[in-house]
Amino acid sequence: MSKGVLVDVTRCIDCKSCMVACKVWNDLPSRKTEFSNDLDAGSLNSDTYTVVNNSISENGDEVIWRFVKRQCMHCLEPACESACFTHSFVKTKEGAVIYKPTVLDQDYCVGCRYCMIACPFDIPAFQWEKAFPYVEKCTFCYDRTQQGLQTACAQACPTGTLQFGEREELLAEAWQRINNNPKYIKHVYGEKEYGGTSWLYISDVPFAQLGFKTEVFNRPVTEKAIPSLTWQVLKWTPFIFVGWGALLTAMRAYTKRRATVHNEEELYGPVDPKE
Amino acid sequence: MYGRNWSFRITWFRILMIIFVLIAAAAALYRFVYGLGAITNLSDEWPWGLWIGFDLLCGIALAGGGFSTALVVHVLHKDKYLPIARAALLTSLLGYIIAMVSLFLDIGRWFNFWRPFFYWGFHSVLFEVFWCISIYTTIQVLEFGDIFFEKVKFPALKKILGYLMTPLLILGIILPSLHQSSLGSLYIVAIDKLYPLWWSMLIPFFFVWSAFFLGPAMVTVEGTLAARAYGRDPELPVFQSLTKMTMWMMIIYFIVKMIDLNYRGVFGMAFNGSYESNMFLIEMIVFILLPIFMYAIPSIRTKLWGVVTASLLVVVGVVFNRMNVVFTGMAKSVGGSYFPSIWEFLITIGMWSALALAYLFIVENFSILPKEEHTHSTHTNYGTGFQA
Repeated sequence: MSKGVLVDVTRCIDCKSCMVACKVWNDLPSRKTEFSNDLDAGSLNSDTYTVVNNSISENGDEVIWRFVKRQCMHCLEPACESACFTHSFVKTKEGAVIYKPTVLDQDYCVGCRYCMIACPFDIPAFQWEKAFPYVEKCTFCYDRTQQGLQTACAQACPTGTLQFGEREELLAEAWQRINNNPKYIKHVYGEKEYGGTSWLYISDVPFAQLGFKTEVFNRPVTEKAIPSLTWQVLKWTPFIFVGWGALLTAMRAYTKRRATVHNEEELYGPVDPKE
Repeated sequence: MYGRNWSFRITWFRILMIIFVLIAAAAALYRFVYGLGAITNLSDEWPWGLWIGFDLLCGIALAGGGFSTALVVHVLHKDKYLPIARAALLTSLLGYIIAMVSLFLDIGRWFNFWRPFFYWGFHSVLFEVFWCISIYTTIQVLEFGDIFFEKVKFPALKKILGYLMTPLLILGIILPSLHQSSLGSLYIVAIDKLYPLWWSMLIPFFFVWSAFFLGPAMVTVEGTLAARAYGRDPELPVFQSLTKMTMWMMIIYFIVKMIDLNYRGVFGMAFNGSYESNMFLIEMIVFILLPIFMYAIPSIRTKLWGVVTASLLVVVGVVFNRMNVVFTGMAKSVGGSYFPSIWEFLITIGMWSALALAYLFIVENFSILPKEEHTHSTHTNYGTGFQA
């Protein structure tokens, strides 16, 4: 069965335990940070698989603070997997979308970064400073879940914001919480976006306000899986190859009968640059 | 005739280009040792920059003259275009080599570049692009081999190539048709990232169609440059008769574009005053409609300046379109900012200088351009040419 994590944004207190647990478990180096006026943890990068950032919005006089954990969403049909021409990304049956060069030590990646263009959530990060860089992103703690453990972040979460389990059960749980409590927005982010993701979010503040990608260019985000779009075009390749080839061959044969023969060696000559 | 030795005249302009090539080679070496971050301004927001956007996408598009000319000359046997056939093949071959070199520079784990031959990610558009470009470049090298062995006598090999020429020519049109369109299909995946004026399920059509109508325009610009550089007569009658095909293909391109925008209900976005919409309008009006009108008016089309200006607009227009797809259309959704570093520019300049040098060397030593029987005796027509 496919695993997932349910993130209940209403329960998060911004303790950032999940970030620390992620760094520790995955043995990721820390990066020097700079002081700033907000409490944001910054953006994802090749040493940081997850961040918790603030979202401050106002509702009349009330100031609403929410904290949103960000990491790879582990799409059910990942765009990165379909984009990779060496099969370096794979969606495992357990639900994790893993990058094989670093997770399974199968080093086929060419470093073309098409996965970064493809990802609708802009998750994969590149080791720009390395001579032989890898792409890095959340592994869904593939090594832990293989052993029957939950992800490091879910284990570290003290408030129950992160709940690890079967995706189907979590989805049912999410809708149960939404239906039992009117404060929730009636939407599970990740249920349908881009064909669905293993990570699911519920919130009491509209998702767009929290910085989720809900609308692009004044239309809702796509609910079709991205790989299916590409395949709609790509599947024609063999037919075009054969059909276009046959047409060209026929045209060449047809017009050749009328064509006069040229001795190309007579026609062309080297240019003499010395005038 | 062909017994003459190899020659390469050295001029100040060529020395300057050689210096550019050397600077680029040094910068490339630095990039291989210290990584992409050391010399480029690329980032997680902008994983693809100048080398992919300009050198690869535009290099390949500008090489479109190779397959469109091959189709006209060798499949349709329109003999009046024979004078430009070899020059178009040469430019195309050099364009593909530039694309491959820039790709090799750009990929992070370059020692793995051969992996896609063995690990088949066939659901990836890049997989098709990779295979088509590699095989097509090989085919072009073989096609060029036919010319090479006219000078370097090796009858047995030339004979084998002669037998292979028909299948090579056919494959040499199918493969670029496929991957020119696939370079567009690469962006289907960016459905919620690329601005809807450019994103479309029809983007593969727009890419292959524009690469095809760009071909004659590129041949015209390049032929004029070569003619001026060597003080020859430009092939004006050939250029003029090419304009008809280009014009009709551009009209079809424009109509399909309009239908596509309407069908997806984003036509209004072209006039919403945003940066993207303005860039789109420039692309359509200056680089599509204007050259169509210039080609349509006989008093412009029949003049050398007219046909060259219009063709130059077409060439710049396709580059402009590719830049809009890679940069303008992506800017809003990916955030951050990207402007190429000085080293990215220097490497690009070095690569195109190398292309120009290779072109000059090859046309001066191999039979690429048509012989000029009638003007050879007089040698009076190169007064305005700059000295390449």
